[in-house]
Amino acid sequence: MLKLNCEQATRMMSESQERKLGTTERTVLRMHTWICSGCRNFGGQLGFIRQAMKGFAAHADDGDDAAGGGGKRPPPGGV
Amino acid sequence: MSRDEFPLTLPPDEADPAVSASGVSAPEGGEPQRHGLQDQAFLSALRTQMIKFAQLHLGDRHLAEDAVQEALAGAWSGAQRFGGRAAIKTWVFAILKNKVADLLRHKQRMVDASSLMKDDEEQAMSDLFDERGHWLQDSKPTAWHCPEASLEQQQFWAVLEVCLDGMPPAQARVFMMREFMGFESDEICSTVNVSSSNLFVLLHRARLRLRECLNQRWFAQAA
Repeated sequence: MLKLNCEQATRMMSESQERKLGTTERTVLRMHTWICSGCRNFGGQLGFIRQAMKGFAAHADDGDDAAGGGGKRPPPGGV
Repeated sequence: MSRDEFPLTLPPDEADPAVSASGVSAPEGGEPQRHGLQDQAFLSALRTQMIKFAQLHLGDRHLAEDAVQEALAGAWSGAQRFGGRAAIKTWVFAILKNKVADLLRHKQRMVDASSLMKDDEEQAMSDLFDERGHWLQDSKPTAWHCPEASLEQQQFWAVLEVCLDGMPPAQARVFMMREFMGFESDEICSTVNVSSSNLFVLLHRARLRLRECLNQRWFAQAA
């Protein structure tokens, strides 16, 4: 698989959030995103989505602390 | 990419000056008001949403109702501290999330995993990619302007919720386990009994769909 199409490239980017990609995989992926702005944008947005979901979950976990869990984080507020 | 590389960005507390200003402990100076869990309409909408979430993961209506009931009971005692409904809701969901995650981790019940993939099989990605696997003109991702700023806007979290809500069940299950409940991939594979390659396919589709939805409902609107 030397040349990726966009479906394969996005799949590989998604997988990179689950496992460490091999050297070859990283190389072909880099080659693809170098020439493909759509996949380049997708890659960045994938990172953002994880960040957003983390915020979503973390926000919820603040409440969990308030419910009597350990105070592992400061109270919500000053965003 | 480590999950911990991102700075934590908290969604703002909507209409909840007591919490925003002083943290959870001191709602001082607030006019005495009924908290959200005493509002029947709010409570019933919240309960419906919670049951949907629990049932998706537990696959059993009674188990889901029990978990929701417990979460609400646990929430009741502390509800006075949360003025804003958004704050109550995220908090109650946090309790439920942990209950569901515990049930999933400790009970070897559940699912018949083959159904997971079957649910999803039909939904091809042909509305995003052409037959050669390249982006269709309309679905090719364009740049998002300053996405991080969205995390500061309450409206964004509502849109995210709508998008998560619209996800096909098989994708939603594994995606929420991964990104909301914080399971590792291999934990998900053993819990819902799918192969890792099946899991990767589901997560890939979920992320494609979620990106598309956020783009349409949020980022394209702002542009």
